[in-house]
Amino acid sequence: MSATAEAPPAPSSATAPPETLSWDSKSRRMVTIWVPLACFLLILLFPFYWMSITAFKPNAELYDYNTHNPFWITSPTLDHIRLLLFGTSYPRWLLTTMTVAICSTVLSLIASTLAAYAIQRLRFKGSQYVGLGIYLAYLVPPSILFIPLATVVFQFGLFDSPIALILVYPTFLVPFCTWLLIGYFKSIPFELEECALIDGATRLQILRQITLPLAVPGLISAGIFSFTLSWNEFIYALAFIQSSERKTVPVAILTELVTGDVYQWGALMAGSLLGSLPVAIFYSFFVDYYVSSLTGAVKE
Amino acid sequence: MSATAAQGWVRKNQEQNWLTRLLDWKPFLVVMCLLPAVALLMVFLTYPLGLGIWLAFTDTTIGRSGVWVGLENFEFMMEDPIFWNAVFYSVFYTAVATVGKFGLGLWLALLLNNHLPFKSFLRAIILLPWIVPTVLTAIAFWWIYNPQFSIISWVFIELGLRDSNIDFINTAWPARWSLIGANVWRGIPFVAISLLAGLQTISPSLYEAALLDGSTGWQRFRYITFPMLLPILAIVMTFSIIFTFTDFQLVYAITRGGPVNSTHLLATLAFQRGIAGGQLGEGAAIAVSMIPFLVFATLFSYFALARRKWQQGESND
Repeated sequence: MSATAEAPPAPSSATAPPETLSWDSKSRRMVTIWVPLACFLLILLFPFYWMSITAFKPNAELYDYNTHNPFWITSPTLDHIRLLLFGTSYPRWLLTTMTVAICSTVLSLIASTLAAYAIQRLRFKGSQYVGLGIYLAYLVPPSILFIPLATVVFQFGLFDSPIALILVYPTFLVPFCTWLLIGYFKSIPFELEECALIDGATRLQILRQITLPLAVPGLISAGIFSFTLSWNEFIYALAFIQSSERKTVPVAILTELVTGDVYQWGALMAGSLLGSLPVAIFYSFFVDYYVSSLTGAVKE
Repeated sequence: MSATAAQGWVRKNQEQNWLTRLLDWKPFLVVMCLLPAVALLMVFLTYPLGLGIWLAFTDTTIGRSGVWVGLENFEFMMEDPIFWNAVFYSVFYTAVATVGKFGLGLWLALLLNNHLPFKSFLRAIILLPWIVPTVLTAIAFWWIYNPQFSIISWVFIELGLRDSNIDFINTAWPARWSLIGANVWRGIPFVAISLLAGLQTISPSLYEAALLDGSTGWQRFRYITFPMLLPILAIVMTFSIIFTFTDFQLVYAITRGGPVNSTHLLATLAFQRGIAGGQLGEGAAIAVSMIPFLVFATLFSYFALARRKWQQGESND
């Protein structure tokens, strides 16, 4: 936040080609690149550090900054995590979230792979309008849909059921995945499919044996992105789920752990940390896919 | 006898042909492929969107289907200072947070565009705030902004810059700024990584030519980097504006619209009235009032895309 005050003065060496030029001295590079970069990293990562350190601090240290340095733990404890795992239904929430995220990801992947193939490869009349329609669907934010969707979910008798979430999450996953996969299918040479057609393959054989294997990186990107987005979803899960044991992790931490006037900060932070970990671990395995799908979707 | 046998054989063959031919018949295949996606989007996106607009003109509450009341909900909203405060804060929040995110994000992207060691590692770390569930980081910010145990207050007091705790979320204006700070924090990585991808597509030869012509760093930024980055900037900004304007999680997690309704965004107000308060009609009316703004942002995106196509030639699709 303090960095807002400094206007971004476009460091002069920022746009220079990789080779260090004569005027681009080492100390200058230090000031214009490394110092701001270190500040950015510090600010971007500090909340995670603070979250982790709070999760392992005993309450005595947590609320006493004068005798204990708040940036370090003198006697780390697992009390908060134990409370979370055995005193609440946290494992249950974790399981629900995982199930919802996996099911809605699979559902959206199937739907959007087929849709993207139809739009990009079958090339029917009006395919570009269908593509545009799906793009526009991505621009409809959940915030204006959750009230009518709550009544729809109620009409279907799915209120307070994780199935409602599995069916509703594809509304924002399918547009994203379709758009991403259209881009991937576009990069696969058309000639490969033509060859197969001449050899007498049917369209479905082509999709299964030629197009899909070549689009595997795209499918992975779309899959992990969908998983992350459904793991992080909040507003639908908050509006459609009532009973405590069926909540997803983000909702449950905010509504079940925040009780009364005294907040259990240690347990709250432990819950946040544990809730973030699956995504963070997942992310660390597939960083490149994330970056490519993020930038690919934007460039499309 | 031989005739019947032949008939039977022929019919069997036709049946196989019929199935494979149907699966290879393009119109049928197109319909089958589009069906799951289109059905899902129709039932859970288009229909609720229409239903939401209809609900806005009724007095539906939870458990009772309402009747048409015309513009009553909107008339009520027009006289409601809390609604106008939410409109004001939504616009203010979006404007300030967008400027912050894009200023800092562009700066970070320019920094990362240098020749750095551990570049991909840095990029991976920087994207972290965007990957982790928003609500969970919002809870971390809630703790950082705690009136009594805020770590920021502690640092400022230790450094001798202040002698009392900083008030982050207990009065209206500090709370508004604190929420914007959290939103900017979460938005920087997305902007930076997207813009970095845009920066990497700019040909170095343009900079070489400009260097030979004796340009300054600012000139190179102003006349090469910025114009080349503009199309991608427009798209990223549209997305960012739409999702900041309709933000819900950060505000709901950190202040729940308080203190005294001063930090309500339209989405949190709609939730409070519609779901928590049970007045579905009124909540829907508040949600619907966001639509004009979103249409405007979408048109902005559309024309930016059109402009990009025009720059790169029609064929580049």
